[in-house]
Amino acid sequence: MSQNKRLLLQGNEACVMGALRAGMTFFAGYPITPSSEIAEISSIELPKVGGRFIQMEDEIASMAAVIGASLTGQKAMTATSGPGFSLKQENIGYAAIAEVPCVIASIMRMGPSTGLPTSPAQGDIMQARWGTHGDHPAICICPTSVAEMYELTITAFNYAEKYRTPVILSTDEVIAHMREGVEIKDDYEIVNRKQPAPGDTSYQPYADVDGDGVPPLAPFGAGYRYHVTGLAHGDDGFPVGPGAKNDIMLRRICAKVEDHADEIAIYETQFTEDAELLFVAAGSVARAAMAVVKRLRAEGVKAGLFIPKTLWPFPATAYKACLENVKQVIVPELNLGQMVLEVERITGGKCPVSHVGKVTGELFSTEEIYDFAMAVNK
Amino acid sequence: MATTLDYLRTNKLPHIWCPGCGNGTVINALLRAIDAKGLDKDKTVIVSGIGCSSRAPGYMDFNTLHTTHGRALAFATGIKMANPELTVFVISGDGDSSAIGGNHLIHACRRNIDLNLIIINNNIYGMTSGQYSPLTPTGATATTAVYGNIDRPFDLVALTSAAGATYVARASTFHVPQLKTYMERAIENKGFSVIEAVSTCPTYFGRRNKIGDAVNMMNYIKENSVMRKEGVTEYDKTYVIGEFVKKVAPEYTDNYTQLIERVGGKK
Ligand SMILES: Cc1ncc(C[n+]2csc(CCOP(=O)(O)OP(=O)(O)O)c2C)c(N)n1
Ligand code: SF4
Repeated sequence: MSQNKRLLLQGNEACVMGALRAGMTFFAGYPITPSSEIAEISSIELPKVGGRFIQMEDEIASMAAVIGASLTGQKAMTATSGPGFSLKQENIGYAAIAEVPCVIASIMRMGPSTGLPTSPAQGDIMQARWGTHGDHPAICICPTSVAEMYELTITAFNYAEKYRTPVILSTDEVIAHMREGVEIKDDYEIVNRKQPAPGDTSYQPYADVDGDGVPPLAPFGAGYRYHVTGLAHGDDGFPVGPGAKNDIMLRRICAKVEDHADEIAIYETQFTEDAELLFVAAGSVARAAMAVVKRLRAEGVKAGLFIPKTLWPFPATAYKACLENVKQVIVPELNLGQMVLEVERITGGKCPVSHVGKVTGELFSTEEIYDFAMAVNK
Repeated sequence: MATTLDYLRTNKLPHIWCPGCGNGTVINALLRAIDAKGLDKDKTVIVSGIGCSSRAPGYMDFNTLHTTHGRALAFATGIKMANPELTVFVISGDGDSSAIGGNHLIHACRRNIDLNLIIINNNIYGMTSGQYSPLTPTGATATTAVYGNIDRPFDLVALTSAAGATYVARASTFHVPQLKTYMERAIENKGFSVIEAVSTCPTYFGRRNKIGDAVNMMNYIKENSVMRKEGVTEYDKTYVIGEFVKKVAPEYTDNYTQLIERVGGKK
């Protein structure tokens, strides 16, 4: 019998509840608006389930502690916003190359620097992809509602565990702070990382034994005594110099995400079957764009909406499938042009792509997007 | 008794360190202390940052984690918080621990979390070939202090004592028996322990500062050190060797375990 229940939740609150549902037992963070509720609620809820919360001295330390905790076998998370997200970057790269599952929530506010600290923005979309140095895999999930903050936080943990990689959950301040009804189901798929077979004496922490690019990860303390480093390393985890081993390792950690991009892709399509004017919008902007699409449809314009919920990898296959009749793509963003670059790349010149950016620190009104659409879609 | 080789990944040897480097001596003392305390290799974690000294864990047969520059204590804090049953050591250079990692250092001391920090102080940035560190003496030369260092060095013992560490000691690569004994005491201490191991980098500090080769540097430490005496605060030698703080205070992960029990959390 279904035990579904309906709760009125704030976005950040839903994020913590989703994390707990996914099995989070460790949180390390440093306060920053508009993400602080994630830390606050974690500090209240984690000890109740025997989990642990720690407020570290800064975001660098928080990211480090999360990686350390994950290596002991726990599901670990941190939360931050722009300035703190920048500080975490070096260690996010460490988690990527050392292949340590973890979740980083980054609630976007207006930057750069302190910018408009309490205002919504989408200026960190590229930082979520390329914030840390070097080639690396990136998964970034972007909820558009409070309900999705719950469900997609579960997905973020599942992806982290499945692909043994850091996963970024990033949306704008509006989604994090608004309150909506959330339907909590009694059943969600929960993924746990692969571990070596008990007593496996030949365990190598980076050997792709299953051929899926994702080596099993043993917890520290379980008797495997392996080595983890941010240096280029071989299957055994020990440092290697320039040469084929680094090439193999780096290509594998990138391919484990890129090769599964379609599987990872999360998106929603609205009225795209016959769309000639296609909006591509994420986070709170998707909601404004939806209102515009409905209005245009009522006026006889064949408008549609593509909502990527994984910004990285961008749901390219699904997006391209929407383009058949499209004559114009419009990408509204709360930045001066970030996601649009990926949209343009994937559109590949099939039709014009126009960007409408807003950086006042305020939301788009439907009129703004509507007026822009009317101007380009003459 | 096991030999130190029983605690090393012998297939990873030889190590990368220069002849005469003090790192090996410090690790030797640590392995002897671990053996004397009978620690379970499987339940022991060695964490380090980046630097010559931080390459040590790769040679040591435990759960080992070579992290980012300066951040070892923060990684170790996550490990110890998540699984307090593990015995956690942190090996760090003077730059790693007190320059880029200085903030993590004082906060780990303040929390009194049960980690054992070994700072290998060679007075210089070894790995990056000899720039001055927060432990380079005033007036000494370095590749970024060719005209003489105008910075004032930290006193790591005073710094970590003031920040709240519950066990603080200093020994050197000349004072090896003391190094081992203090490491044992650090393991015994339920709280944050700091051991400053005064060490030598003949390649970049010794040569540039005309102290000479490894043997001369060892003699330099010998001649410039003195054992700490209870009640004495002023010494005429550079290196005061001894135990400076031995106190009992609530330990961080214990406090959290009690908090869990208080809110009725244990499943
Ligand atoms: C974020 C960052 N900054 C700088 C470096 C370069 N770096 C590597 S080791 C090191 C200093 C090492 O000195 P120390 O910590 O004293 O250790 P030692 O090599 O002397 O043992 C520096 C500056 C780095 N790896 N990462
Ligand atoms: S450079 Fe100095 S610290 Fe590094 S291995 Fe050589 S002697 Fe040791």
